[in-house]
Amino acid sequence: MSAISVRGLRKSYGALEAVRGVDFEVQVGEVFGLLGPNGAGKTTTVEILEGYRKRDAGEVEVLGVDPARAGGAWRDRIGVVLQSSAMYQTLSVTEHLRLFAGYYSKPRPVDEVVELVGLGQKRDELVRRLSGGQRRRLDLGLALVGDPELIFLDEPTTGFDPHARRQAWETLRSLRSLGKTIVLTTHYLDEADRLCDRVAVLREGEIVAAGPPSQLSATLPATEIRYRENGREVVLETDAPTRVLNELTAKALAENRELEGLVVTRPTLEDVYLQLTGGEIDEEVG
Amino acid sequence: MRLFRHELKSELLLYVRSRELAFFTFLFPIILFVLLGSSYGNDRIKSEGNVRGANFLEAGMIGYGAISIAFAGLAIVLVLRRESGVLKRLRATPLPAPAYIVALLSSFLAAFAVEVLAIVVLGRLLFSIGAPDRIGSLVLILLLGAVSFAGLGIGLTALIRSAVRWIAAALPLTYFLRIVRGVMLHGHEIWMYPGSLAMIAAWGVLGVVLAIRGFRWEPVEAG
Ligand SMILES: Nc1ncnc2c1ncn2[C@@H]1O[C@H](COP(=O)(O)OP(=O)(O)O)[C@@H](O)[C@H]1O
Ligand SMILES: [Mg+2]
Repeated sequence: MSAISVRGLRKSYGALEAVRGVDFEVQVGEVFGLLGPNGAGKTTTVEILEGYRKRDAGEVEVLGVDPARAGGAWRDRIGVVLQSSAMYQTLSVTEHLRLFAGYYSKPRPVDEVVELVGLGQKRDELVRRLSGGQRRRLDLGLALVGDPELIFLDEPTTGFDPHARRQAWETLRSLRSLGKTIVLTTHYLDEADRLCDRVAVLREGEIVAAGPPSQLSATLPATEIRYRENGREVVLETDAPTRVLNELTAKALAENRELEGLVVTRPTLEDVYLQLTGGEIDEEVG
Repeated sequence: MRLFRHELKSELLLYVRSRELAFFTFLFPIILFVLLGSSYGNDRIKSEGNVRGANFLEAGMIGYGAISIAFAGLAIVLVLRRESGVLKRLRATPLPAPAYIVALLSSFLAAFAVEVLAIVVLGRLLFSIGAPDRIGSLVLILLLGAVSFAGLGIGLTALIRSAVRWIAAALPLTYFLRIVRGVMLHGHEIWMYPGSLAMIAAWGVLGVVLAIRGFRWEPVEAG
């Protein structure tokens, strides 16, 4: 069953075509990633799905409803983390969660959400005294407190330290195991690789590749084998790594020689991404 | 209705917490009243039929309070929330816009009611001003005025970037103060000012129309 279906989605800002004919489906219970560099059109796309922005063309259905015409009952089933957090500076973490819990028909217990997003130590702290990463986690909590079926996350971990990122991943995995549908945007490849069941790579408003992360990596056939020989680096690319390795090591053994610095790498999503988007990995906040 | 009650409770908490803003819009008229009252409280105002300065000030400061809280305070809070992105975030929740606006407005009316009470009680204690005798008319005009200013305040957030605001503010203010003074100082009843009432009501309607048409959840800059 599909939670989201998008066909021929287009959106321009003046002369700029931010989204140029995008199609995808997200199944119920799936974690779907929109991956792409800054300016690729990720935020534009998710904000159309969330009902924030008007589309110029295309058909969009989210939980069976057109977001452009959706109301409170629809929002009751959806959780949103926007690209930048904004909240009341003068409320504490639990006050904030209680405020938002009150907007939904079947909220999760506030204490449970506080623990889920790892803010137990900060539960009575005012928002104004939270760090950026802690605010971001509270933002995630606000999206989860209504116990939504479908959760949108626009760059949920941008600006997190590695530890906080891992924690956020754990939280998202636990949501997935509860059967929630999750749509996230990210420009972190490892994030898409580890969290998403399927990704779509956006570039300049178009989807240039889509599929499970492992399958995308498989579109680059070559496994890379590197070692040093007489101080020179040797790089081999092959579709048959087992055979090549076997030959290499057999030869080295016969000559009683060590293959120095031997490394075997499979193509990562990152390689695919760089090839597709034709650019450097973008580490900026977009 | 449940959402409205929940939002009203939350808005009252937010109002009490918002120290900087609530402090200035709420406390300023009271401070002015006490300060000016101590200096001029016992003077007589010839042009207003020889009433005491303190009584005259009381009416004026209540009028000022209405502007300060219902108009300026509300407009500022709403613009801050919109530009910081808080409204955009709220929009993703099932809270309907009318429930939100009415709850926000009610919280500011509640603050204004407390303000009026504080000024009247202080006037009594410090300057021995009697309780107003036309309570009914007073409550009505204050309510009408405050709602009208609040509506305008919200409506104004739609055009906050232009200088139109001061013209807009000045027009209903004159009529409003005329009635407040009449009721408080001369024992008049509210219906003795049909023309002024109509003007305030008209501005109120205009304000509310602007409020509904121009209300935006998202920062203006981000389009
Ligand atoms: N409100 C807007 N007005 C004008 N241009 C916009 C607006 N929002 C986004 N854009 C432009 O559209 C393109 C896509 O932006 P966005 O969807 O935010 O990309 P991403 O989230 O992938 O970084 C960018 O070139 C951006 O500058
Ligand atoms: Mg973005």
